[in-house]
Amino acid sequence: MKYEIYSLSEHSISLYFEQKISPEINDLVLSACEWINKNPMIGFVEVVPAYASLTVFYKILEIKPLIKSGTISEYVEDYLKSIPFEELTQLEREPKIVEIPVKYNGEDLISLCEAKEIDRRELIKLHTAPDYRVYMMGFLPGFAYLGGLDKKLSMPRRAKPRIRVPKGSVGIAGNQTGIYPVSSPGGWQLIGQTDAVLFDPKMKKMTLLNNGDTVRFVEG
Amino acid sequence: MIFLKSGILTSIQDIGRCGFKDKGINPSGAMDTLSMRLLNILLGNEDTEAVLEFHYPTPTITFEEHALFAIGGANFSGSLNNKSVSNWKVLEAKPGDMLCFGKKVNGERAYIAIKGGFNLKKSLGSNSTNLLGGFGGKKIEKGDSLDLNLKNGQLFAATKKVYLAPKTVNVNLRPAFEQNQEIRVIVGKDLSNLDLESRNKIFNQSFIISSHADRMGYRLEGDCLNLQSSEEQISSSVAFGTIQLLPDGQLVILMADHQTTGGYPKLANVISVDLSILAQLSVGQHVTFREISMEVAESVFLKQEREMKKFKSAVQLYL
Repeated sequence: MKYEIYSLSEHSISLYFEQKISPEINDLVLSACEWINKNPMIGFVEVVPAYASLTVFYKILEIKPLIKSGTISEYVEDYLKSIPFEELTQLEREPKIVEIPVKYNGEDLISLCEAKEIDRRELIKLHTAPDYRVYMMGFLPGFAYLGGLDKKLSMPRRAKPRIRVPKGSVGIAGNQTGIYPVSSPGGWQLIGQTDAVLFDPKMKKMTLLNNGDTVRFVEG
Repeated sequence: MIFLKSGILTSIQDIGRCGFKDKGINPSGAMDTLSMRLLNILLGNEDTEAVLEFHYPTPTITFEEHALFAIGGANFSGSLNNKSVSNWKVLEAKPGDMLCFGKKVNGERAYIAIKGGFNLKKSLGSNSTNLLGGFGGKKIEKGDSLDLNLKNGQLFAATKKVYLAPKTVNVNLRPAFEQNQEIRVIVGKDLSNLDLESRNKIFNQSFIISSHADRMGYRLEGDCLNLQSSEEQISSSVAFGTIQLLPDGQLVILMADHQTTGGYPKLANVISVDLSILAQLSVGQHVTFREISMEVAESVFLKQEREMKKFKSAVQLYL
């Protein structure tokens, strides 16, 4: 298994797999995170998955008494190296499928259609067709980076970001599509709006979407 | 306590919200955790107890009940009923007392800790205000009222004890900052990808804190730095203190309200002890970076923790 380990801070360390956006590598990241959560080291705070890497946050004070020589960072590095990577690749994941209803009425819809020389119906067809994968959570609480956008819809971010993008806005940025879980400034091209609740700290799982989920957009 | 004026950005913060970064929930928390913790320890609180963080222009506060409190971090010339009060000291307020601030002397972020803490419900394990997500803690608006945990009777008992304990925070423990501040960093994953000239420059020039400096991050101004190869990177986790290289060749340091992930090259990370110093620097001030080894970074952190523990024991002896 090829990977590289780098300290992020004196309280966190990252493990990078091959830097490629692929379901296989992202599966490996999630399996490794699962292993870490089931076999936490002393001083473990949390593990954060990304596209093709994971980061472990830890408490120096709790690990210090265990150290005979070397740094605490090296101790955590050894722990990461002890993950049985070869066994992890055998794990099968059952993706959760989440359907998200979208009203395709976004403020950038017309300009995007014009740029792509397609009509609104064609855009809806292209956007609702794929199964999208949640590759990573970040940017905002409950915000999912979705991969799998049809290349025909790929569009750079707006030159001038909006000061306020309303909660529930569905947008496109480069080869990604995503939903704003809360109102925030943002530069994504807005194509629609959903009533789905993406983030609520009072919900049991807090976020509608989670790493590894499959997302399908439906018109309505 | 009631807020007659909210101030420009006043919020409840604690040590930050951990355990939910995998859901995109950023940690928030106090920018200057050292000041926050010292004030809490001084009052005999848990050092992680929620405090008020405020900026300049400042809030104006009226106390509705008796309270013991302490102010620290930035010095905004506090006064209680028009009588000037010092930072880093245990202070007593009576019902109707008014806490105002005057001139900005130094620092950017001040803190008020209350004996016994504020009566707040935690959200996802923390009282920090998540300004992006709009949950947890509280962002103070004009007319808001905060309820305190210790009521009169309990407070009088606590008061007697606190006055026997050390009444101030030792000067050596407080965050100290200079006009040209050196900030210690550990190397990041992408530092070796800087071209030779830039690698020299990052540690040998001073950077200016630009006007784009807030709780999310500080943008710096300096000579442009360049990478040897500039392939687009795939986003990965970042931390409080991560120094990233922006596409225009300038640096940004991620602060308490940073996003959980980032796609820009990570050149270095500010050591946590120096984050409290950085949190108090103002627009236009100069910083230089000094690289230290992981071994030194860990020992600097452990040394500060030992000093905090000592201070805690000194206070607790009387409580």
